[in-house]
Amino acid sequence: MAADQAKVDPMKQFAIEPIAGTQGWEIAGLNIAFTNSAMWMLITTVVLFLFVLGGMRRELVPGRWQMMVETFTGFIDNMLEANIGKEGRKYVPYVFSLFMFILIANLIGLLPLGLVGIHPFTFTSHFTVTGVLAIISFSIVLIVGFWKHGLHFFSLFVPHGTPLPMVPVIAPIEFISFMVRPFSLALRLFVAMMAGHVLLKVLSSFVIDGTNAGIGFGALVGLPSFLLMIGISALEILVAGIQAYVFALLTSLYINDAENLH
Amino acid sequence: MPQIAQLADTWSSQVFWLLVFFGITFFVIGRGMVPKVMETVAQRDGQIAADLAAAKAAREAADEQEEAWRVRENENRAAAQAIVAKAKDEAAAKSEKKLKAAQTRLDKKLAEAETRIAEARTAALTEVESVAVEAAQDIVKTLAGVKVTKPTAAKAVKEAMAHG
Repeated sequence: MAADQAKVDPMKQFAIEPIAGTQGWEIAGLNIAFTNSAMWMLITTVVLFLFVLGGMRRELVPGRWQMMVETFTGFIDNMLEANIGKEGRKYVPYVFSLFMFILIANLIGLLPLGLVGIHPFTFTSHFTVTGVLAIISFSIVLIVGFWKHGLHFFSLFVPHGTPLPMVPVIAPIEFISFMVRPFSLALRLFVAMMAGHVLLKVLSSFVIDGTNAGIGFGALVGLPSFLLMIGISALEILVAGIQAYVFALLTSLYINDAENLH
Repeated sequence: MPQIAQLADTWSSQVFWLLVFFGITFFVIGRGMVPKVMETVAQRDGQIAADLAAAKAAREAADEQEEAWRVRENENRAAAQAIVAKAKDEAAAKSEKKLKAAQTRLDKKLAEAETRIAEARTAALTEVESVAVEAAQDIVKTLAGVKVTKPTAAKAVKEAMAHG
């Protein structure tokens, strides 16, 4: 029954386990156990902190590290300026935090640390996490929109130049598409991260089971699967960057709606 | 799918810790550190722009000075050429005057010499004539024994000399 034990459960990697001794932590009756998910959030925060700290030397002629940090801040700054305009610069702290937090979480989750016995947990593959981030972005849009434009913000649902008879039809559609935004934002990241990790795990189970089944299956199934895994790992690194970028880009586009009501 | 299976047990912990760590990320890194990084970038951009402007200004100043130098140089050259031309003219005038004076002196000397030569020739001719007259008288007296008066002899000599 050795083959049964070696079977890989592709969903096990998403299981949340409280770290020993914290199961009972509660605030107002709600459980706040410090889980492996929270652990990797902490690691992400520390890594991001160290990364940005390396860029704080404030030299006139930047070193490589400072250059790298400045590239990221400049990237977010340009994105916000291109999408929102001059007022967009005040959102740089938020969008930078969002982008880098997601990016580093995605990348750390892909590290092959399982080889040394540490199992990375990709918390961006949980919709509870991506949902909270999406709700924060959406709340910013709502708060900025109503703060700057008051009830006039509702005119967002009537696109510029809509003929009057069309308004009763267009407005509900626009409203629904507006309300779907946080869900699409949260689900896109969650699904992309989860799908990639499941795929890698499924392929790894092919490698393990195929090799266990004998040399013939190993050569026929295991080896191609392994080569495919290498390719998909590279693809996943790309996806990690793209999803973080998409999340930040869409957030900035939504903020633009609130800032510059058409 | 643990995301759904464990939802009831874990959502509060997930949300809580995400808010804690994303909050730290936002307030410490986003609000605290990123503006400083961007300030450095802005400072550098400003410095580069200022340096470029200074370099441009310096180049313009250099161009201006070169232009001024060129103008001055041209003026100096023109002035030098004028001085040379004037000196040349003066020298030419002077030498012309000198030549003229020398010419005049030479002409005068020549004229004097010619006068003297003419006088000498006239005197010589006169002397030759008188000598010839006397010689003619002597020759006639010796050969013919005729005494010829001086005027007659002079007349004959003049005739002979005129015929060559």
